[in-house]
Amino acid sequence: MKLTVSLSAVVIALLGIAVAASGWVRPPLDSIQLGFRGLGMEEIVNPRAEAKLEAENQAPEALDPPEPGGPSAASVYENLQVLGDLSQNEFDRLMLAITEWVAPEEGCLYCHNDENLAADDVYTKVVARKMIEMTRHINSDWTNHVGEVGVTCYTCHRGNPVPKNTWTEDPGPKQASGMSASLKGQNIASSTVGVTSLPYDPFTAYLARKDEIRVIGNQALPGKPGASIQQTEATYGLMIHMSDALGVNCTLCHNSRSFFSWDQSSPQRTTAWYGLNMVKDLNAKYLDPLKPVFPAERLGPLGDVKKTNCATCHNGVQKPLYGANMLKDFLELKGASN
Amino acid sequence: MPEYQNIFTRVQIEGPPEEGVPLGRGTWIRQGKPFFSYWLGVIGNAQLGPIYLGWTGVASIICGIVAIEIIGLNMWASVNWDPVQFIRQLPWLALEPPGPEYGLKVLPPLREGGWWLIAGFFLTASILLWWLRMYRRARALGMGTHVAWAFAAAIWLYLVLGFIRPVLMGSWSEAVPFGIFPHLDWTAAFSIRYGNLFYNPFHCLSIAFLYGATLLFAMHGATILAVSRFGGDRELEQIYDRGTASERAALFWRWTMGFNATMESIHRWAWWFAVLCPLTGGIGILLTGTVVDNWYLWAVEHHVAPSYPEVFPPVSDPAASSGAGQ
Repeated sequence: MKLTVSLSAVVIALLGIAVAASGWVRPPLDSIQLGFRGLGMEEIVNPRAEAKLEAENQAPEALDPPEPGGPSAASVYENLQVLGDLSQNEFDRLMLAITEWVAPEEGCLYCHNDENLAADDVYTKVVARKMIEMTRHINSDWTNHVGEVGVTCYTCHRGNPVPKNTWTEDPGPKQASGMSASLKGQNIASSTVGVTSLPYDPFTAYLARKDEIRVIGNQALPGKPGASIQQTEATYGLMIHMSDALGVNCTLCHNSRSFFSWDQSSPQRTTAWYGLNMVKDLNAKYLDPLKPVFPAERLGPLGDVKKTNCATCHNGVQKPLYGANMLKDFLELKGASN
Repeated sequence: MPEYQNIFTRVQIEGPPEEGVPLGRGTWIRQGKPFFSYWLGVIGNAQLGPIYLGWTGVASIICGIVAIEIIGLNMWASVNWDPVQFIRQLPWLALEPPGPEYGLKVLPPLREGGWWLIAGFFLTASILLWWLRMYRRARALGMGTHVAWAFAAAIWLYLVLGFIRPVLMGSWSEAVPFGIFPHLDWTAAFSIRYGNLFYNPFHCLSIAFLYGATLLFAMHGATILAVSRFGGDRELEQIYDRGTASERAALFWRWTMGFNATMESIHRWAWWFAVLCPLTGGIGILLTGTVVDNWYLWAVEHHVAPSYPEVFPPVSDPAASSGAGQ
């Protein structure tokens, strides 16, 4: 009897640890029907976590609009390579806003040299310039992902000099060398892929190297050799990241009866497709080229630049900042299409 | 009725241990002094031993240990021999098959899947030897070989997954990794890669037999327990000399579902359902990738997959229309 009681206690304790460690969420959860009834096309929301998430993802109040007119910024300041088309009033206001968005504690001197604000000798100023170019590029050329809501520095930075969610190439944990079997970049509990054993760095392959994401054959019978199971697992890992980064289920975009077929998918899948291409574009054109600018401590373990993925902007929310339009108050960040 | 009068009793009576029937030919004898365990008696026979291993048993255990050692040590090496991480990460760790670049090469470098092939060889040898032992032990007791053939059905599925299908596909990389979560992730990825296994008719059959087997087991177990008060637990006596237990059980099922299996046929029902689960499942796996690449499209072509009303505006592949990424 005593043994039975203590055995049951051990079993219950083990189950408790397993439940706590697995990130299990207690019911009830809300489910919202998205597709035709009975197909499981639904969104699962945890109403208890939602309030906290919403509080964490609020856009700050916009600064007062700039006074119209006045001299152009280019005529007043030196070394204006990207914002020369602004008036001085617009420029000053934008600088204040950027300080608040990116370096609220560090202030102007996080990027600027105290002696000469125009100088480029603080590396963060060079980075900031590139990031302003990137923001304008997103807002003018990637509207099929960001729409008219667009992005500002705050979308990613949220008051942090380095956005909270970035990635660098992951060499994985240390393994024994010699002839022992390789982990092959997977089979370790990893938060990047939802604590599954899927490949833990799907980003290098798909968001930097631009490997083919699609793995499912598009005809019933076998043709030429298709994707391997290992490639499928890597794509699966990337999809888990997307789901995690946006706080959504697979079924926001896909009909799980047929993950590949577009005619079964929701319009959000198109938006996500443009998003993936946008991220690849930004990593290649704006972040990777900054490698020589950054000091070593800002680089990843393999010496590459911190790059973007879906979580960088989305931060666990389907529409970053719950779709708040900050861009309408900062049209200077819209830029011209190039 | 006192509980001990029923064969289905929880009363444990200890007497001289049962030594088993005398065996005719055989190089080994049963070994060890039998003993009784109360806790074993709670879930089964309280008597443990005497034990018979035989050369197939010994060889099987040695091969099994070799396989588990290879898998376990490689897993441990993959966390740099850290004992804490080994235990923490154990459910995630795996020994992966060689990558697609090695095809069916024997032997790829040990680091690149060679160990997987060696572990697979020893595990397969261990399982086949255990099957042989099971067959020979049944024969030695003058029994039929039903258990061995049921085990063979499971071995068929194992061989399809790890050997026959990879050989047909021309690559070891199609096989399953050794690992707790990794083999589950493999299963999910396998279904996704080949367009959703739920549209594979042999997968459907396998699921039907899986659920069917559990249902039959529950129905049969419940029926016999329910009529044991009339002697239904003496199943075999009821088969050759039908009594009131058998009649009540039969009538119960005729009343509730209009048909009844017999005391004899229920065991064939159960055996075939259980055996057909891995047999059909193995066929389903064997056809996947070899003759069908996308089960969903196959099901659409053959009018198996239904279509549903569209609720979204039409969506088409943006890669096909725009070409450019923007």
